[in-house]
Amino acid sequence: MIQALIFYVFAAITIASGVMVVSSRNPVHSVLFLILAFFNAAGLFVLIGAEFIAMILVVVYVGAVAVLFLFVVMMLDINFVELRQGFMKYLPIGLLIGVVIFAELFFVVTSWVIAPDLITAAPAPDPNAVTNTHALGALLYTRYVYLFQSAGLILLIAMIGAIVLTLRSREGVKRQRISEQLSRTPDETVEVVKVQRGEGV
Amino acid sequence: MDAILETYVIPTAIILAQILAIVVPLLVAVAYLTYFERKVIGAMQMRKGPNVVGPFGLLQPLADGVKLFAKETILPAGANKIMFAMAPMLTFILAMIAWAVIPFDAGMVLSDINVGVLYLFAISSLGVYGVIMAGWASNSKYAFLGALRSAAQMVSYEVSIGFVMITVLLCVGSLNLSAIVEAQRTVWFAIPLLPMFVIFFVSALAETNRAPFDLPEGESELVAGYFVEYSSMTFALFFLGEYANMILMSAITVILFMGGWLPLFDIAPFNWIPGPIWFFAKIAFVLFFFLWVRATFPRYRYDQLMRLGWKVFLPFSLLWVVLTAGVLVAFDWVPAPVLG
Repeated sequence: MIQALIFYVFAAITIASGVMVVSSRNPVHSVLFLILAFFNAAGLFVLIGAEFIAMILVVVYVGAVAVLFLFVVMMLDINFVELRQGFMKYLPIGLLIGVVIFAELFFVVTSWVIAPDLITAAPAPDPNAVTNTHALGALLYTRYVYLFQSAGLILLIAMIGAIVLTLRSREGVKRQRISEQLSRTPDETVEVVKVQRGEGV
Repeated sequence: MDAILETYVIPTAIILAQILAIVVPLLVAVAYLTYFERKVIGAMQMRKGPNVVGPFGLLQPLADGVKLFAKETILPAGANKIMFAMAPMLTFILAMIAWAVIPFDAGMVLSDINVGVLYLFAISSLGVYGVIMAGWASNSKYAFLGALRSAAQMVSYEVSIGFVMITVLLCVGSLNLSAIVEAQRTVWFAIPLLPMFVIFFVSALAETNRAPFDLPEGESELVAGYFVEYSSMTFALFFLGEYANMILMSAITVILFMGGWLPLFDIAPFNWIPGPIWFFAKIAFVLFFFLWVRATFPRYRYDQLMRLGWKVFLPFSLLWVVLTAGVLVAFDWVPAPVLG
């Protein structure tokens, strides 16, 4: 009973904060509501016993991705009045896209049938016999190793793409070269001058 | 009625009592860590440190607490009020909840979860939100600059902390903190993984924004960094959170590398001392290093800090992960997965 209660609390907060993400006027608040939604989703994962995924969700999405979001959003200089302009103009097309996505999801979910013999053919491992982490690792690095590696490669390419797009050589940047600094000798850098009075160097 | 009492009320009461038994000593420890810090740095600079309030100045932390409590909480007019108030609470709460998984002795842990290390990593990666929210909600240049610096710094050093944790996990075969401590019965991980131990300690300094990495609060440039607009108890919560985080990072260092509650040697005079005492003594030892570093090193420049994190620690710890994995496989030392 108490588990069901906790489930409804988490689920309700997830949905409510999801609504707030799209409806709140201040983008910083939106990102913070997004974080709240991630958190409650992690709570839901814990409830079904997927503790590893719950923790990874918090580490990756809340701890890294959302920090970057917040970083960018915080530095925007936003005119709220301007932001609200054209709201009515874009409302119909927004609603249309929403309806299409909802319909697609609805058809996918309602026509989804799990094969009845699947449960006996490939049973989920007993959570008391094997930990989450071990079960996931055993599957990811054996059966799905090529998919896993190609996912990694795709991410690497995306990262290289982002670097290439933003890389530009700039003039006049002063860089610290530690090896150069350490290999300097007094002969190269210090000059002892005898200055005559009233003449200067 | 009795069933409800037995299934819900009594376990809840027991858990509440356990939480209090952790949090209250923790808060006292935080208060006396500030005293310890001032005394240690005083001794290192040949001063006396606090010595007026109470015998040996022992009541100084209480006096500081009362002073902060009696002051006025100021909400800046341009601030985002709700987030301004939430930021210090978040910092403080995060510093407290991480203690739920810390084992003080064999079986002496509030919540013995299988993914303990990941939980700690997740909580410590959330610490940055308190800082960012404080900086943004204050609506002040200095606070904002401090928050940006701090966010970049904490995110950078988290990556190498992650790799260090992975190295330890490779040697243990479990993410459970008690299992990690038990795996160090033969030898503490600080010895075979010495370079990782050093990297973890330095990253812990950066992660808790301590000297020499205390750029977010570099007083000569940014006044006080992200909490410059805070006063009274809101400031005190940041302060408590920062010191509780120091104790927490020391505890994680002890668990990952210094054998947790295990005695120095498992022979007669050493194993008479109970486990929790060993644990606290080791934490105090690591904390002393935190303070020693503060009294010794000047502050890093910002680009040097980033260079150290991304160009030195990250490649080195990645290399060490591969090396450790290679050695474990080559000598067939890969540990069997431990069941939680």
